[in-house]
Amino acid sequence: MNDTENTIPPDEPPLHGRLQMQIHQGQGSDPGCLSRRRFFAKLSIALSGLCAVILGVPLVGFIVAPLFRKTPEAWVPLGKTGDFEIGKTVNVTFEDSSPLPWAGITAKNAAWLRRASATDFIAFSVNCTHLGCPVRWLADAELFMCPCHGGVYYKDGTVAAGPPPHPLTRYQVRVVNDEVQLKTAPIPITTTL
Amino acid sequence: MTRLLMTAWKWVDDRIGISDMVGPAMNHLVPRDSKWWYVFGSATMLAFIVQVVTGVALSFSYVSSSSQAYETLQFITNDAPFGRMLRGMHYYGASAMVLMVGAHLAQTFLFGAYKFPREMNWATGVLLLGMTMVMGFTGQLLRWDQTAAWSVVVAAEQAGRVPLIGSWLAHFILGGNTIGGATLSRFFAIHVFLIPGMLFIFIGLHLWLVLRHGISEPPVPGRPVEPKTYREWYHQFLEKHGHPFWPDGAWRDFVFGTALIVTIALLAYFVGPPPIDKPPDPSILGADPRPDWYLLWYFALLALIPPRVEGVIMIAVPAVIGTLLLIVPLLNNRGERAPSRRPWSIAVVLLSVITIGSLWVVGVSSPWSPNFEPGRLPVKVIGTDNGPVFQGAVLFEEKGCLNCHLVSGFGGRRGPDLTYIGNELTQDNMVIRIVNGGVNMPAFGNSLKPADIDNLVAFLSSRRRPVQ
Repeated sequence: MNDTENTIPPDEPPLHGRLQMQIHQGQGSDPGCLSRRRFFAKLSIALSGLCAVILGVPLVGFIVAPLFRKTPEAWVPLGKTGDFEIGKTVNVTFEDSSPLPWAGITAKNAAWLRRASATDFIAFSVNCTHLGCPVRWLADAELFMCPCHGGVYYKDGTVAAGPPPHPLTRYQVRVVNDEVQLKTAPIPITTTL
Repeated sequence: MTRLLMTAWKWVDDRIGISDMVGPAMNHLVPRDSKWWYVFGSATMLAFIVQVVTGVALSFSYVSSSSQAYETLQFITNDAPFGRMLRGMHYYGASAMVLMVGAHLAQTFLFGAYKFPREMNWATGVLLLGMTMVMGFTGQLLRWDQTAAWSVVVAAEQAGRVPLIGSWLAHFILGGNTIGGATLSRFFAIHVFLIPGMLFIFIGLHLWLVLRHGISEPPVPGRPVEPKTYREWYHQFLEKHGHPFWPDGAWRDFVFGTALIVTIALLAYFVGPPPIDKPPDPSILGADPRPDWYLLWYFALLALIPPRVEGVIMIAVPAVIGTLLLIVPLLNNRGERAPSRRPWSIAVVLLSVITIGSLWVVGVSSPWSPNFEPGRLPVKVIGTDNGPVFQGAVLFEEKGCLNCHLVSGFGGRRGPDLTYIGNELTQDNMVIRIVNGGVNMPAFGNSLKPADIDNLVAFLSSRRRPVQ
């Protein structure tokens, strides 16, 4: 083979151009070959779809997994009954029932605990039912107030003023062996439908 | 030496084909009279580049762990060389990106540049605007202080209002049932990988469309867009009135872009990054979460709309705004482009700016929020230090009235200013209001004794305009 055999004439289109011309003009191929091309095209698209599924299933599964992770609801101790004065509302803190190891201080949680009588305790979620901001307790006024949009609740958690659609959410509380315990629960989400 | 470099460049260019790739983009013709109005798009992209550069630098020290992110941000801000500057540039770069994308949107709308054949330029731009806002919000959350942590809860609560899938979305945002270890890392992935990846793709598509359809010529009254003839006309127009993008058209982008970067750097150096709040401890309840300035208007909107329709508006407003923006070219993609022939376009932009601006101004002062530190009313304001008026003033403070009402400049702004309430309400009406409450006022009938009410009324009745 000499150099002249390798040289493409100046008016000849480049290789990929020639191939495209052949395809468009049907040169160098018979109807069976076209069917073969369609097969390869479909095969390639199908394989791409398969690859997307192989990659996508674990990806989506991993991202949405927290939705299906059952967080156990546990009874956590808040203190002895004698620690809480009748008629008073105080802030109590506790830890999530099953925090991830790297949660750090975000595993902490809080509630407003009211000792209504010698035997009755009420624990309110700190989340305003409007948009979830942390409500504060004004002891002298006996009102919960929200800093975000001005929601106000009475001492029993019912709405006193502002935009909250529902009373403050309550946690379950019990007294076991003179110890006040609270049952952990998810952040209450106000839904429309 | 120069000859050697030129030879090397020619070799590299021949093998890689840089000139073939970039040349057509650099030399494509742009309308000669597209001047300073046309710099906002490139400025937005430049702000995005600032965000990528500073974001990559910050990620060298930032740890996206719920337990450590706060400490790493303290380190970046207070200890790391240039850390404060980088954080500042990242913040002001985000602000610049939001401002520039807004200006670009307004200019494109006013100039009717979304019309044929640039409908998809507009649509991809609207998607880029949405992604910019998501980047802004998720970026604030990565600050991972108390405000950030509670903002996640607020975002989850808002998502909860989406019909049918609200609860699912809320828990997806939280990364579980509560704030915890999974919360921050998913926002980090969204902010650093997911949305930037989409931004790169859509910016590429947006730029490709700009090259494909050309930069729209400045609108001229009486020169309507006619889809059948526009492309041919545009090419003839460019032949007569165009010049190469580089450098004839691009120099203004470089001047404006440089001014933008200098401004970002100066703000970062002299003003510094936004302060880091208390740690993201959900048991610290003295939080007052507020979004960064670019979402403050929406925060204000949520406070001002009637509670009855709030659930609908919370979801419908962003959805309607997004849909309307996307379908703008479908509603009208031909005809006049000049703002003078489309006065409604000026009205839409002005109305949008005034609405968002007004909501932003009211969002800054947030008068609907109680004042949790109202202090005490000075004796000078009360007018006495004993008797029913003084006792009433003490009750006014203790019962939380001062948290929401203003008296002679002291207190909150949630409720009406009571400085001269003695001139406006009779004592009987005061009693009715105190006992029964009102639309935005709690009823105090169950928590006040008759003597307390008498003292309160005595104090309120003494709030009168000075006698001339």
